[in-house]
Parts: sequence; C-alpha cells; structure tokens
Amino acid sequence: MASGSWIGRSVERVEDGRLLTGRGAFIDDHPPVSNLSHAAIVRSPHAHARIRGWDASAALAMEGVVGVITGRDVAASCKPFGVGVTAPVHYYPAATDKVRFVGEPVAVVVARDRYLAEDAAEAVVVDYEVLPAVVDPEKALEPDAPILHEAVGSNLAGHRRLVYGDPDRAFAEAEVIVRERFRFPKYASTPIETYGVIARWDGLDGVLTVWSNFMGPFIMHPLVARVLGLPENRLRFIVPPDIGGSFGIKSSIYPYLALIGLAAMKLGVPVKWIEDRREHLLASSSGTDRVAWREVAARNDGTIVGMRFKWFDNVGGYIRSPEPGCSFRPTGNFVGPYRFQNLEVDASVVMTNKSLTGPNRGYACGHLYFETERMIDLLAERLGLDPVEVRRRNLIDRASFPYRTPTGGLYDSGDYAATLDKALVLAKYDELRREQARARAAGRYYGIGLALAVDPSVSNMGYVATALDPQFRAKPEYLPKSGAVDSATVKIDPLGRVIAILGTTPQGQGHQTIVSQIVADELGVAPRDVTVVDEMDTFTRVWSISSGTYSSRFGSVGTSAVALAARKLKAKLVEYAAHLMGVTPGEVEFRDGGVHRTSGKATPYSIKDLAGRAHWNTESLPEGMEPGLAATAVFGFSVARAVDAEDRVNSSNTYGFIAEVMAVEVDPDTAAIKIVKYVTVHDAGTIINPMIVEGQIYGGALHGLGGALYEELAYDDDGQLLTGTFMDYLVPTASEAPDIEIAHVVSPSPLTTLGSKGLGESSSMTVPAVIANAVSDALRPLGISITELPMTPTRLHDLITRARSSASEPRPPRSGHPRPEPASPTPLQ
Amino acid sequence: MTETPIRLTVNGVPRTGQCVVRKLLVDFLREDLALTGTHVGCEHGICGACTVLVNGQAARSCLMLAVQADGAEITTVEGLMQNGALHPLQAAFRRHHGLQCGFCTPGMLLTALDLLRVKPDPTEAEIREGLSAVLCRCTGYHGIVKAVQAAAPELRAAAPWPDRRSP
Ligand code: FES
Ligand code: FES
Repeated sequence: MASGSWIGRSVERVEDGRLLTGRGAFIDDHPPVSNLSHAAIVRSPHAHARIRGWDASAALAMEGVVGVITGRDVAASCKPFGVGVTAPVHYYPAATDKVRFVGEPVAVVVARDRYLAEDAAEAVVVDYEVLPAVVDPEKALEPDAPILHEAVGSNLAGHRRLVYGDPDRAFAEAEVIVRERFRFPKYASTPIETYGVIARWDGLDGVLTVWSNFMGPFIMHPLVARVLGLPENRLRFIVPPDIGGSFGIKSSIYPYLALIGLAAMKLGVPVKWIEDRREHLLASSSGTDRVAWREVAARNDGTIVGMRFKWFDNVGGYIRSPEPGCSFRPTGNFVGPYRFQNLEVDASVVMTNKSLTGPNRGYACGHLYFETERMIDLLAERLGLDPVEVRRRNLIDRASFPYRTPTGGLYDSGDYAATLDKALVLAKYDELRREQARARAAGRYYGIGLALAVDPSVSNMGYVATALDPQFRAKPEYLPKSGAVDSATVKIDPLGRVIAILGTTPQGQGHQTIVSQIVADELGVAPRDVTVVDEMDTFTRVWSISSGTYSSRFGSVGTSAVALAARKLKAKLVEYAAHLMGVTPGEVEFRDGGVHRTSGKATPYSIKDLAGRAHWNTESLPEGMEPGLAATAVFGFSVARAVDAEDRVNSSNTYGFIAEVMAVEVDPDTAAIKIVKYVTVHDAGTIINPMIVEGQIYGGALHGLGGALYEELAYDDDGQLLTGTFMDYLVPTASEAPDIEIAHVVSPSPLTTLGSKGLGESSSMTVPAVIANAVSDALRPLGISITELPMTPTRLHDLITRARSSASEPRPPRSGHPRPEPASPTPLQ
Repeated sequence: MTETPIRLTVNGVPRTGQCVVRKLLVDFLREDLALTGTHVGCEHGICGACTVLVNGQAARSCLMLAVQADGAEITTVEGLMQNGALHPLQAAFRRHHGLQCGFCTPGMLLTALDLLRVKPDPTEAEIREGLSAVLCRCTGYHGIVKAVQAAAPELRAAAPWPDRRSP
C-alpha cells in the first residue's frame, strides 16, 4: 500500500476486537490493586438543609465495615475546590455544613464489599435542619428566595454583560425587532457506564494513586491536588484503556477523585467506588437549564444588524468548574455563522437546589443555537420571507475566511453557503415545501425546519476567564490563561515495529484506529502494524493543563500531535539513512516505508533495516545524532490567546460547520412527532475515518433528539428529583432513532497538521433547533411556536388543545411558554 | 452472612461458586467467575447492558439472583467466539460500526442473538423494536441495526448458535 492512502478510509476499528468479545478493560473490570475495600456514599435526601451533626457509630459496628468518613473529616482535611467565579462559593467533595441538592454526598462508608457498605450507609445518621428550597432560576433571584450560600449573599454566582460593537444603535436603527423568551431543559447524556474510582494511598511515600474513568487530567489534576493538599508529583491519575461513554459528563467526576482519595488516605486501605445509576441521575452532572430572552434587530430585507442575548443559567447547588462554561464556552462563536457585528450578552449564572452542571455534549451550543435558530425563523415569519433566504442573506462569505468574529472567534475555514446548499439539495427542499402545501391543504400538520451551526472544537482554556470582570483580569496578580495542547510519542522498536503513545482518554471515539491510520500514512506501513497505546497516566505521559478528551479536541489537536511526532521520527530516519548511504539528506526521500535515493541507484533502507542498525549499533549513527528512535511532539495552537480587555476571545481553535434540514409531521390528536426527513451536512475539514465520523454524527444527533423530545432531569418544587431511574428519565431507544442522511463538505483547517477539525459534539447542538423549527412550522396554522423543550407529548398536546379550543377567537400567536415576559429586563448588576 | 453453593454451566463450561443469597447474578459472573464482559449500566432492568442468555433466552442478569441461576446454562459475551474467530454477529458489528465505547455491546449482542433466534428474518422495524431492550448512548443505533440486518441471513444459513439448550 502506497503511503498517503489510509487517511480518508473507513478502516475497521482496532478497538472492536476486545470490546466485542468481553475483553475490554473498563474501570470496574480489573482491580489494579488487591485487597480492595468498597465504598458506598451516603447522600442527602433533602434539597436544602443545615447539617447539625453526623453519627456513624451504628454503621461502624456493622459487619465488614472498615470505616466511615463524613463531611466533618472533609472540612478538617480538604480545601474547597477552586471555582471559576469570584463569588465566595465553597464547594467541597462532600457537604461540610449544609446540603444544597438532593444526592449531595454527606459521608462515605467503606466496607469489605459493596453490599455490606450499602447496608452500613443506611445506618449513618445525619441530623438535618431542613430549609426551604428553590429550583427555578428566576425565583432564586427574587428578593425573598432562600439563600444557598450565605457568604455569597444571593443566589447569583456570577453575572457578566458583554458588549460587542454598538448594539444599542443597531436596535435604535432597526426596521424590525423580534423578541422571544425560551426555556432549555436540564438533561444529561448519561453514559451507560457510570463513574468509577479506585484510590490507593501509599503513606510511606506520600503518593495517592487514583484510577478512574475520568476524561482529564486537564485543569482538574491541579484542582484535586490542591484540595487534598498534595504536591502534584504525589498525585497520580491513571485512566484505564476503555471508558464506557462520557459525552462530557465524566469531566465532572473529579470531586469523587478527591472524596474517594480522602477515604483511602484516612482509612489506610485501597478503596473502590462504582457509582450506581440512581446516584448518576441524582448527582453526576448535566447541562444547565436556562431561561433566555432574545432580541433580533434586522432590516426589512432580512439582514440582521444586531442581537441581544440574556439568560439565567441554572448551575445547581454550587458552581463546579469548568462552569460557568455554560454561559461562556461559545463566546467566540456567539454569532454563529452570521455576519452581524453588534451583540449584547447579559449572562447570569444562578445557583438553585438542583444537582450540579458541567459540560454535556455540545456544551452550551445546544442552548445557543436553539435560541438563535428559532429567532431566525421567527424573523423570517415576521418578514414573510423563506427561512432559507434570511439565513443566506446573513451568512459569512466564503471569501472572508479566516474570519474574525466580533466576539473574538477566529473561524479557520468553511464554505457555509455551499454547505447549506448541499443540505437543501439533498433534502429536496423545494419538493418538501410542495409536500407541505399539499399536506396543509389536506388539514395535516407538516413542517420543515432548518438549523445552521458553527461547530467549535478544541476549547481554548482562555475562555473561562470571560466569566471574570476585565478590571479583575487587569490586576497585576491575575494570571492570564490560554492554550490547547496535546502530545504524542511515536517510537520504533529494535525489530522495526511502530508504537504510538497518546495521553488521550477516549470514550468510544476510536483513537487507536485513527492514530494507526495517521502513522501508517506517515511511515508507509499498514495500520495493523502500528500499535497504539492510549492510557492516561499523569506520572508517565507528557501532558499539559488542557490535556484530555473533551471539547472534540482529538480530531484537531491529538491528530496533529501524532502526525508531527511521526514526521519528526521520519526526518531522523531520513538523516540516518542518508548518512549510511554517504549522501546528504537532500539526496534521499522517504516513501513506501523506507528511505530511497532520489536519483541514481542505491539499495533503499527499510524502516526495519534502519531500526535494527540504529538500536543494535549506535556507532553507525551520524555524529551528534541522539540515539534511539522515538519522537515526541507537543502540538499547541498559536491562535489560542487569553481573553482581551474588550472580552473578545477565540474560545475554540477550529470551527466546523453544520447545516440541517428536517421535515416532520405532527399528529394533532396524539402530539406524536414523526420525522419524515432529516438531512445533516457537516464540514469538519479533512476526514480521517468516515465511518467513525458518521458514528459520531448519528450518536450526537440522537443526544440532541433526546434533549429535544424526551429527556429532562425534572424536579418538584421541593427539589426532589422526579426522574431518578431510567424508567422515568427517558433515553431514546432504537425505535426512536430516525433515518439520517449525512453528507460532507471539506474545508481543510489551515491550523491543523492534517486539515482535520473536531466533530464529536456534532448534531447534538443542532437537533434541538432543527426539530423545534420543524414542529413550529408544522403547527403554524394553529399559531403555535415552540419556545420550550423538551417537546414531550404532554406538553405539545397541551399547546395543541389550547390552540384548538381558542381557534375561533382571533388572537396573537401562542408561545410555547404561557407567561409573556418583558424582552430584556433590567440587568441584575 | 451464610453462603450458598451454586453450580451452573457458563459458556459450555461447568462452574461452581459460593455466594450470599442476595448476590446478583451479574455480580457473581463478574466478581466470582471473573467474567467481566457482562456490564452493569443501571441495576434496575432498563439499560440491558447486563443481558445474558439463561437457558437460551435473553435475561437481565441484574434482575436475577445468582442462586436463581443454580443449574442453569448461561451464555455471556465471552462465549460467542468459536475456534478463535468472531461470531458472525460480532463480525457484523465490527464491519458496520455497531459499537463505539463498547459498554452496551455485550447486552446488545446477546439481545440481538435472542431476537434472531425467535425471528430469523426480521424487518427493520422488528429489529429496532427488539433492540429497544438495550440502551446505547454512543451509536444512535444506526450501525447496530445495520449489523443485525447483515448478520440475519448469515445466521439463517449457518447452524443456530449459541443454542445449546433451546427453551
Ligand atoms: S444493568 Fe441490568 S438492565 Fe441495566
Ligand atoms: S457503544 Fe457506547 S453505549 Fe453503546
């Protein structure tokens, strides 16, 4: 096989052999240490209560119990976690004084086995003084709301007003202004494998080793080290080769790394904890629920001149890092694919007595595009224009790339109009509109939706500082943040075999396969001849503060590091072979798995040949060449800069694009939504493995669909979770999965080694928008506009019934949320 | 707590063990017999990750006690390969990208085998309905459905397997 031919092919996955035969290595599978004890976590039954005390004496007397740690031990031994805001929120691995959500850890029981630990957990007595709870972010900001954190003084964890361009003027001069209020639900991608942590404390050396299915280390390693008071080089994180899905959710496992770590340190035994599903739904992580107010200012021809965003993001009982990413993660792509220059963002991050939030597939982009794309359709409706036309009129032009957005994003490449056109052609948009006319004439509710999204990948750490005031960031003691780095090592062993070593933590994305394709192309070997090791171990891997598998980084930054490492190694082989041939490196070239003379006859040197000589006879190396055949590359983006004084930040490093068209038919009697057509076109630059890419799109789309139609972590007013099992928290099954037509446009990124971009979050961020637009379009004859998700049958049926019962009376279009709201209330601070 | 002896056949091999009465079958398989291919996703009977064949029929090993499996024939994912080669259904999952993280996969494979035993020539809708017993959060089910469609004719042509003891 000639070199350069593996990238772009749907190579079967090397991971599959072990996973299909039950030989995977997940955290719960193979104990890395013997004599493990097992933990059960005692959790708060109350949404809000003061803890008067703990009594573990009965539990300690029970069979098999090794020990108990409570919030008292946590308070005595731990510092609180650093949070991403200046408000004094003290977040510990377990509650120390108050509980602030149902399911918050209050104690850990360690016993000989899990069954016994759970028995004893029931015997731990916690004395609570129950306090009133608040779960709604709007109510939480009312003056008489119960206060979660007395030290903060209100339930507002943070607030920023960001202004780009001159939005006031844009709105003053607008020919048309559209306003709407939206609600986005709290949902979680609930990986089928729950959290798992194993901790061993080596008291003599003072080393804590923690195995877990964590997707970091990234910023969480230093955070946990600080909480436990350990030097960084005495805290070892190890991630096993297989993780059973994550979708961002497993980035929030780190409080348990500290909690189980502390249990191991205090009790002097290695401790294992595997979260159960109820714990996961109660207390792992989710996206935020959000109330948003939107305004669009436009001209009568549909040209958008400005937008205003205002939202309350509900982060639950504490603010857990990397929140408030919910508000700021998409800063650079706030404007999406549109050209307008004037934007005001009023972001409030609110604490309530719900579980904590964090990255969930599409981190904040599902919210962003649901609101924006609904607004575009509402604008089109107001102006009597086709929603396609309004979008086209505002798209960033192909000639403008690389494009600097008003909020500081640097869109690296793309052809948005061509991508949209491709989606329209594939969906046969005009035919869909004709079908809609026929359906409407027959009294059927048939609608067509569109959604466009700039798909940001590889977060630049710098975005988190957008949550802080520029004055705070200007202080001399403030340390700016930026970066997006990953590393890889490629080595050739004495008999010429290639091994690539990564520090990523894949959760099903097939990194081993992708890396084997890249290295195969670079070194002219077959992918099956490349062994890929990717197990994170903070003691042995080269890693940095942004290392980990999140934010769709691997497709951009991980692949770049691997290709660069292989190229470094190749350059060494070329130099060495030239030396052996007695010529200059310019007279040889690397191809077909060996080094050849460019002209003239000479026997080429194969990799095997060179490896043998280099390892077995170092004397044969040219003067000054470092022995060994290994190369490590650390790849970083120079476009990852800290947020500037005007709050502009390139919050990601590569930006793909998504264009989607969906047609639905709604049964007005059952409120069932039937997806008749769903087309999604992606531009993620160079595609390395189309099969894996499409797998990400199918999976992402279904996550979006779950959030749009079925999934919600619902709470009652007292803060009790109503959806605590998979009986109540409805995950789409194979029967709910729609047919999807997928196509690609390829605009290679100029910033990555191979031109590829990340795509792991993909359609999770567009489906809520596209289906809400399609359903609104279907129900337009009834005056229904979807502004709240999920569109459960009950909720939709309610809207339809009310619309029909008042159908005879003339009235304004009905909003999906019953209460009309002022478009932009006074800012909070 | 007193332990009860258990005798059963797993993947064609007679196995014995001893455990407390309340121990779940899935924990017994994973902890006592070191068969960690069977996974736990919910422990309340919904996700299907723990599905194994009990006397040829798909069953949730998180909803059964190990003592209830005394005397039974169990097939787990570890028992699907024959003579070192992937079972045709496993091979189809690989070809059609029927797995990403692989955590639901053991339950998915055994559920699909049960489905194809009962309905050797299923329609796509029947496959989707049959597989709705198992949750997958990675694949959007597309590759899984394709794999089962592709494997069905192969399994019809081959001798039924694993079918050591039809119910
Ligand atoms: S673990 Fe048995 S059904 Fe989920
Ligand atoms: S492959 Fe990950 S849950 Fe199915």
